[in-house]
Order: sequence, then structure tokens, then C-alpha cells
Amino acid sequence: MIEVQDIRKSFDGEEILKGISTVFPKGQTNLIIGQSGAGKTVFLKCLLGLFRPDTGKILYDGEPYSSFSDEEQRELRRQMGMVFQGGALFDSMTVEENVMFPLRMFTKQSRPTMMKRVKEVLDRVNLAEGQHKKYPVEISGGMQKRVAIARAIVNRPKYLFCDEPNSGLDPQTATVIDNLILEITREYDITTVINTHDMNSVLEIGEKIVFLQNGRLEWEGDKKVIFKTENEAVTEFVYSSDLFRKVRKAQLQGL
Amino acid sequence: MSYLQSTGEYFLMIKGVFGRMTKRSVLTNLVFKEIDDLIIGSLGIVSFISFFIGGVVAIQTALNLNNPLIPRTLIAFAARQSVILEFAPTFISIIMAGKVGSYITSSIGTMRVTQQIDALEVMGINSLNYLVLPKIIAMLTYPFVIAISMFLGIFGAYSAGVLGGFVSSQDFIRGLQEDFIAFHLVYAFVKTFLFALLLATIPSYHGYYMKGGALEVGQASTTSFVWTSVVIIITNYIVTQLLLS
Repeated sequence: MIEVQDIRKSFDGEEILKGISTVFPKGQTNLIIGQSGAGKTVFLKCLLGLFRPDTGKILYDGEPYSSFSDEEQRELRRQMGMVFQGGALFDSMTVEENVMFPLRMFTKQSRPTMMKRVKEVLDRVNLAEGQHKKYPVEISGGMQKRVAIARAIVNRPKYLFCDEPNSGLDPQTATVIDNLILEITREYDITTVINTHDMNSVLEIGEKIVFLQNGRLEWEGDKKVIFKTENEAVTEFVYSSDLFRKVRKAQLQGL
Repeated sequence: MSYLQSTGEYFLMIKGVFGRMTKRSVLTNLVFKEIDDLIIGSLGIVSFISFFIGGVVAIQTALNLNNPLIPRTLIAFAARQSVILEFAPTFISIIMAGKVGSYITSSIGTMRVTQQIDALEVMGINSLNYLVLPKIIAMLTYPFVIAISMFLGIFGAYSAGVLGGFVSSQDFIRGLQEDFIAFHLVYAFVKTFLFALLLATIPSYHGYYMKGGALEVGQASTTSFVWTSVVIIITNYIVTQLLLS
């Protein structure tokens, strides 16, 4: 579980996060949604420890990050898996080497043991064996996301963070990736936080949704209540597409 | 003001490079990879340029020796002095600022743009140590490149001088040994060592701290080349003043 207490963050005098407090429970997919410029990425980077909030606290399983020593902070980082928007796979390494990288860096396992684990997670994300020796540029965007997920979970993390995991993917592949993240969250019983503005993801896996606007937490709930909320900012965001406007209209008409 | 800020940032980067260390086995592999990319990969162009510039120096010196009282051995003497003192350490380093420097800036810059550096940081890895230290260690072998350049430069001068009929082989060898000061070699390798550190760190700085996208990676490479060249030339002047004057 991750608990956020009134965090604020400014850059060059401009306040990007204006006092956000929320809780991301364990074993669920937690979504951060909002328009571009709402502060989602900065918020996620604060959760990851890449940015230090100016004020406020972030507690990981009850322990505040700021109270950790350097070694404890590094240890916490090793318990985090991150799926970046573009995958952020290392160009100079093959798929296998990318996934093995955290094991090589942080464990003393033998190569056969590491290979076994790599194969296990690549199988888990349904990546065909023929792709394992390829370089990131040789595989599709969807496959790159699968490899990124495999790399994020190979060290059995306690926290999984995903930044726009569906960007650049076709709707079908996006759904597959969403469901994969949901399954992994339940299977590994981890705290997953996903930064997205994809409404399909909200519908598929929004077990907890946090809506940010202008650096503030405007609304929180889940996929069942988001379509019923009266919050104007949320409805404006949710019903910005024709499809969802029609759904809303049908709901209001009781169809 | 921004120059001062950049200078401060550069030294903070150097401090960060020697912070938390990467696992030794991983670092060793990275160093060998960098030696291959930065050093072995540059040998071809360095050899080519050195050989022909050495030849040109010999021909130009020979064509300017109109006075019969000036011995022909001067051709070898002039080639040796210009190659060892300036051409090999400084001129080749400027070329390396273009070749190796651009490669370092663009590869680290691309990693920044594609969030690969963020990925390293999220994993709890000191990205500066992981990316820059192997390059610094690899560049410690740069004096070998300069030694090869010196040899080929003088060999180029010999080939052009002797094969072109400007000087006999015996005169060339005699000229090569004339008034040889061993300290000149020390001076050349001291500055080569300093240039190696600059060649590894200034382009790394420009790549690591770049912001933006693909276009900015290109701009960072150009800026990196300009600044590496400028700092090499200034360092060359200071070292020359300190060691030779």
C-alpha cells in the first residue's frame, strides 16, 4: 500500500502538485487519470522517488520515504518495477538481456538460474520464444510493452508503476496489456499504480481511480462510479469522446 | 551566468560518476565494450589521417628548404617535432571530439530522451556511474591511440620524404634522432591523458543533461563537439605554458 499525504512540488516557482493526499491499496490496479498538464507524470515520478516532494509525505507500507537512509531508499527502489511510456528498453541489449538486467545488477544468481526466471516471466507475458533473442527495435510496440512488463516484474517487486502503458498501441493490444497488468497485480499481490488518459483502461481495470486537475486531486472512486459522478471536471474528461457521450446519454435516458 | 552554472553542473556530474558503484562484473563488461566502441573503432580513421598528415608535413618542409646550407635531415626533425608535440596529441584529439564525442553525446542523449536513464534510476542504479565511468576508464587507453598516431605520422613522413625523393633514408633516420628531448614525449602524453578525460566527460555531460527530443540530441552533439574542442585547445595552451615554457 502507498499512502500519499499532502504532497506539493514546484518547478521554477510554478506549483505543479498542489497538496495531493490519497491511498493506493495493495492488490489492486490504481489509476491516475487527468488531462495533459494535470501533473500526472510529476506525481508518478514523486511516487517513484525520482522527484522529491517539496512538502508532504509518501508512505510505502506505512514507512515514510523521507525517513529512509540512502541504502534503504535504494532497497525500496529495487522493490519497484516500472513500465515506461515508450518501454525504455535498453537498445543495446536483446529482449532476454533486458529482462535479465535487474537480476544481473542486484542478485548473485548463476546464469542458468537467471535464464530460467527470464524465460518464466517472458512466458508469463506471452512473448513467443522466437522473440527472445531479438533487439527492441526488431519487435513491435505491443511486444516491447510486454518485455517492459517482464523486466519490471522479474525481481518480484512489491510496487508496480506504469506510465501510459497503452500509448501508441491499437485498442486490441491495449486491452491485452491492461488485462496482463491486472492479472499480474493479483497474481503477485502488489500495489500497482498506472498513469493513463485512456478511457478504455479506466473501464477495464480501474479498481481505484484518482482524477487530477491542475495539480489537485479533483475526484477519486472506481470504474463503477465514474460514470455516475456529478463532478463536472470528471464528466467533461470522461465524456470528451463521442462514444462515451452516447453511453452517458443512454444512461440518462435509462436505456 | 549559464556558463558558470554549466561548469558547476559538470563538476557535480564528475562527483556523481564516482558515487555509488556499479557491480564489478557488469562494469568490467561495459569497460570492454567501450574500449571496443571508442578506442578500437577509432583506430582506422586515426591511422589514415596520421599517415597522410605526416606525409604532408614532410613534403611541405622539403619544398620550403631552398637554402642548400640547411641539411635535409631537417625534414625528419620537423616532422618528428610537429607530430609528437602537436599533431598527434592535439589535432587527433580534436578529430576524436567529433567522432567519439558525438557518439558519446548522442548515445547518452538518446537514452535520456527514451527514458532509459530514468529506467536505470528507478532500478536504484547510479546512472552516471553506469554510463560515464566505463567511458572514462576506456579512454585511459587513449594514449595508445596517440602512440600509434605518432608512429604512423612519422612513418608517413618517412614514406613521403624517401619515396618522393626529398630525403634519403639515412638522412631521415639521422634527422629523426637529432636533438631528441625525451621530455617532449612526457609532455605529449601528459596532455593526451588530460584530453582523454575531457573527451570522455564533456560529451557525457552534454548527453546526460540534455532536454527535448531527437532534434535536441543533434544539437547537443554539435554543442558537445564545439565545447570539447574549445576546452582541449585551452588546456593545450595551459599545459604547454606549464611544462614547456
